Amino acid sequence: MSLFATHANYWFAILIMMIGLYGIIAKRNLIKQAIALGIFQTGIFLFYVSMAVINGGTVPVWFLDEAGKKYAGPYDNPLPHCLMLTAIVVSVSVFAVAIAIIVNIKHAYGTIEEDEILNLEAEAAAGSEA
Amino acid sequence: MIDQAPVLLVVVPLLAGICCLFLRGQLLPWIWAQITTLAVLGIAIHLLFRVLNEGAVTYAMGNWPQEWGISYKIDAINIFVVLIVAFIGCVTTCYARQSIASEIPRDRHHQFYSMWLLALVGLLGITVTNDVFNIYVLLEVSSLTIYTLVAMGKTRDKRALTAAIRYVIIGSVGASFILVGIGYLLMVTGTLNLEDMARAIAALPEPERNRTVVVAFAFLFVGLSVKMALWPVHMWLPNAYGAAPSAVSALIAATATKVGIYMAVRFLFTVFGPDFTFLSLSTTVGQFTFSCSGILLTCACLGVLVTGIQAMQQRELKWILAYSSVGQIGYMVIGLALVNHAGLTGGIVHLLNHALIKGGLFMAAGCVVFRLGSQRLEDLAGLSKRMPITAAAILVGGLGLIGFPLTAGFISKWYLVSGAFEAGLWPVAAVLLTGSLFALIYVWRVVEVMYFTAPPENAVKVREAPLSMLICTWILVGGSVVLGVFAQPTVALAEHAANQALTGHAQILGLRPGASGDDPVVHDEVVP
Amino acid sequence: MKEQLVLRVVAKCLIPPILIFGCYIITHGELSPGGGFQGGIVLASAFILHALIHGRATLHQAFPRNLWATIATIGALIFAGVGTYSLLRGGQFLDYGWIVPSHPAKGEPWGMTLVEYGVGLTVCSVMVLIYDMISEPAEDDPTVDEDSA
Repeated sequence: MSLFATHANYWFAILIMMIGLYGIIAKRNLIKQAIALGIFQTGIFLFYVSMAVINGGTVPVWFLDEAGKKYAGPYDNPLPHCLMLTAIVVSVSVFAVAIAIIVNIKHAYGTIEEDEILNLEAEAAAGSEA
Repeated sequence: MIDQAPVLLVVVPLLAGICCLFLRGQLLPWIWAQITTLAVLGIAIHLLFRVLNEGAVTYAMGNWPQEWGISYKIDAINIFVVLIVAFIGCVTTCYARQSIASEIPRDRHHQFYSMWLLALVGLLGITVTNDVFNIYVLLEVSSLTIYTLVAMGKTRDKRALTAAIRYVIIGSVGASFILVGIGYLLMVTGTLNLEDMARAIAALPEPERNRTVVVAFAFLFVGLSVKMALWPVHMWLPNAYGAAPSAVSALIAATATKVGIYMAVRFLFTVFGPDFTFLSLSTTVGQFTFSCSGILLTCACLGVLVTGIQAMQQRELKWILAYSSVGQIGYMVIGLALVNHAGLTGGIVHLLNHALIKGGLFMAAGCVVFRLGSQRLEDLAGLSKRMPITAAAILVGGLGLIGFPLTAGFISKWYLVSGAFEAGLWPVAAVLLTGSLFALIYVWRVVEVMYFTAPPENAVKVREAPLSMLICTWILVGGSVVLGVFAQPTVALAEHAANQALTGHAQILGLRPGASGDDPVVHDEVVP
Repeated sequence: MKEQLVLRVVAKCLIPPILIFGCYIITHGELSPGGGFQGGIVLASAFILHALIHGRATLHQAFPRNLWATIATIGALIFAGVGTYSLLRGGQFLDYGWIVPSHPAKGEPWGMTLVEYGVGLTVCSVMVLIYDMISEPAEDDPTVDEDSA
């Protein structure tokens, strides 16, 4: 029980990552695969951000006390947060590229279901050899 | 300005790629891209001489100290891959003028060349950076631009779109695995700098029993295998190389997976160290011992054999070359996994040799597609009479794939086989020679159709390919022959890189004299 | 969708505060949670909300597509330009100390803010471009009437 309680953030991060991986493998619709890729990457963001927390830590910003002087208490590690900002941008860009390609596939093949596209390609290959 | 060279390698194509979006038309973006790639090649050659004379070159971004900021470091292993990427980028840009003009609509050329230059930014940046997260970011930059470049082949071949979406999904999962591995390493070591990370991992008591380090290694291993197209996770490669525009195929076949193998060398040899990776990290289940070396060798050998058989069954020229690429990557990984001097030298020199051979072959295939409009083997009948120079390029490149003496392929196979015998692994040597046999079979299929089959009466009347495309093809294919005959410079550079890989980790830890990568190449004997 | 009264009125009330909030997030990126990417996305959401309700044609009337592409390029050039400026002044790439040479520490806020503005411009225009291109109806689709969406 304590293994789950003390490491709950890692359990949830892995759970979300596995849901995303399941979606990529099992779903036939290309948009669902792209969304599942986004879910997978969201699990990774959760993993990084949760590793930044320290006991008794607060946000890494300057505070002002009554005299107007700047001070900062024990703050959480801001480095993983910065890394994940970049990773979120990367995730959005990958999703945008994937959507653009899927729109083009819809124009070219008329469908975005992976099995139908594979059938169409196999027919085209068989037709060109005949 | 001259000591800003490491960052100029990345900043010049970055600025040029962004500015390329303002240029309209067909010729102007190409001229801009060609000037940029020539400048990058010049910077790379300058850095080569600096590394040969002074040892490693470091550069601190933003003038931050190395532990807190991002630094770039170019040592013997880096400079080899930087030269490959810069040279291939320059030659394929020259080739791209005519090839892309026929494959991509005119109003998209500025976007195409912008993506082209940004792909070079990503590839060069991965190779020179010393910061682990910077590797991930630039990996994604190069991957995203290459996904887009592959998808732009849709005008000629609809399969480019499905190839691109498959590449997106599989490549992103691989890169995300690398990100998870980096996250675990950050937790354990608290730093993102490659050298500090190596010191921190080595300072742990018994790192092979530390579950975080082992899990980080596992995630990184799988992610890097996807990116370098090691056998079971290579499924994105055949369609992506086969359906992409010809110049894009030539560029990515010669650079993207080589940079992936460089990343694997960096992580396995410099961050984790050869002792941890190949000696300590092994588990015994019953009678079987799983070690990193064993897994790499098994995957690579199976890759050579299985993709060799698949290449023999393909009906289209670029697909034969694509499956052959996976086999050749298997050779390079075998060289890595043998962990002795000869094997590592063979693997590293094969990076350059395969880049030249495969780049040249994909360019020749592009010449065929340019004139014939088709790459199916039946349509290549009698090509030796219709397009003699292109057919000769395919023949010479094919000889390089087989490993015929006097070609560059022979040099790398020689070192790989001697490395296999030195490690006492004669089955691996048998696999290497069987791979050459398979290469002989699928090259013979193409050569037989081109040289010994008469063209049909209703064959399309074609001239030879345009001169610029032919010259670029023969620069690469001829280069592979020249490097097969005058192999000493490249082999010496590869030996220095192999030496650096095997001893670099100990140098970082201070167990050997000299800071990492600082030995200049001027002495002749190689320290084992 | 512009026949729906509630949507139209709420959008009219909300779009200006969204724009201001987006600029606020970009500008405060160095001091508090925020930054170029987040602010750029919020800015873009204001334009996309307007385009969703009043139709893509109104977006094209005010901001042609080439303008967005140019703004995206200029934003990226601002970012790379800040780094190259310190290269040209003799320092390292992205060394903010050279922006105000007499007092290197004063250059840090300038450098960070310029980079955030550049990134914000690029992200906003790229997001609007992506929305614009993806919501483009196919040429032969008879069910979509662009002008009256």
